[in-house]
This record gives sequence, C-alpha cells and structure tokens, in this order.
Amino acid sequence: MLIYAVCGAGIGTSVLLKANVERALSMLGIEAEVKAVSLEDARGTNQMAQVILATPELVEKLGGIPSEVISINNIFDLAELGEKLQATLS
Amino acid sequence: MLSSYFDKDSIRVAAQELSFSEAVAEGTGLLVSAGQANPEYIGEVLANLEALGPYFVVAPGVAIAHAPPSSAVIKAGMALLKLAAPCESGSANDPVALVFALCSPDSESHLDLLAAFADKLSDSQVMNSLLNASAESVMSAILFENQL
Repeated sequence: MLIYAVCGAGIGTSVLLKANVERALSMLGIEAEVKAVSLEDARGTNQMAQVILATPELVEKLGGIPSEVISINNIFDLAELGEKLQATLS
Repeated sequence: MLSSYFDKDSIRVAAQELSFSEAVAEGTGLLVSAGQANPEYIGEVLANLEALGPYFVVAPGVAIAHAPPSSAVIKAGMALLKLAAPCESGSANDPVALVFALCSPDSESHLDLLAAFADKLSDSQVMNSLLNASAESVMSAILFENQL
C-alpha cells in the first residue's frame, strides 16, 4: 500500500507528517510505504496513493483525486493519526 | 542534532502584537539573521502562505513557516518565534503562539533536523511546556534537552 503525506512544498510539513504516519502505522501493525510529496506531485502523479494525508487547507485543494483523503489537524498527535488511519484502512 | 540547526539567537519572544503574516515574516527573518537564508526567502515563505493558506499551522498553536527549497536558502536551518500575544491565522488550530521557521537548500539537507523535530514535538509534555514558556532560555532548554 502506498500513502502520501502532502504539503505545499514537499519538504516541511509533509516530512514531519510522514515521520509520524510511519510511527502511527507501526503502532497499528500496518505495513505501508509512506512518501512525503508536494501538492503538485500528489495531483500530477501517475502512481496513485491509496491514502493521502494533509492539513485541512490542502485537503480542499486535493479534490478530484481518486485516493482516500484524510484531513489531519495536529500532525504531532499520534492518537489522531492512528484513529483516522485505522478508520480509513479497516 | 536539533540544536545544530538553530543559531544561538534564533529562539525569540515577540513582545508586541503581530498579525500572522507579520509573525511569519519575523520568524523567517531569524533564519536570515542567522545567515541560513537570504532576505528573499522571507518573500518566498509569504508567497507560499498567500498561495496555499495557513496549511503550515500544523498543530494547535503551532506554525512551521517554510517555502520550497530555493537559491535563497544558504543552509538548512530552523528558528522559533514565540508570540506573547497569540494571533489568528485562519486555521482550525488558532490561535498561533509558536512560529517555527524552516529552510532547506534542497529536499534532503534537513531530513535529520525534521526527524529530531518530529520526535521532540510528538511528546505532548514538550509541546505544552513550549506553549506555556515565556522565556527564550526556557524554550531552548525544552527543545534541546535530552536530544537525540
């Protein structure tokens, strides 16, 4: 399974989000490849991720993408990440 | 190590009331004072905010101001501006009290920095202490103690 952590630049928020998504996934015992990508890359890629995570302002800009999009308010909150990932993946 | 990316004068408290974009500009300005970015980088971060909205307000009270890697960045760095008067950014995570600024010349130079930063801030006790801290020395002690 492929998961994208998205931010505007692809170097800051998305990298932090990726680190914590990986941690949340390992706590849930779920294996997946997580990539930090920019908004443009998430929209322009041919390699569709099953799940995309981003902060709310960017989720609005991800409309029309066939992936499941999860909106994350607090990227440091492993409980929020874990709950939302589990709800989407189960 | 997290501390190696912060200049000694890059953790500051803003006593006066600032708008969110002023706080972003002032926080990013700390990277410029530290010699980690050129002044043009401030404009690039403000343009990123203008284009995409306050998406880099990533947790309650916390913003990570940054722009894509560019020639305006000299080396990977980070700074922190604490707002004595928290401000509104338009994000669900308002009001913002901690404005971190981040710069990287490419997509790799700062990955160690962010790994250490993610570890640090995912500790809710660290996060709460930072949100409640009002002195620069206390904030650097919280950020840099027991660092990986």
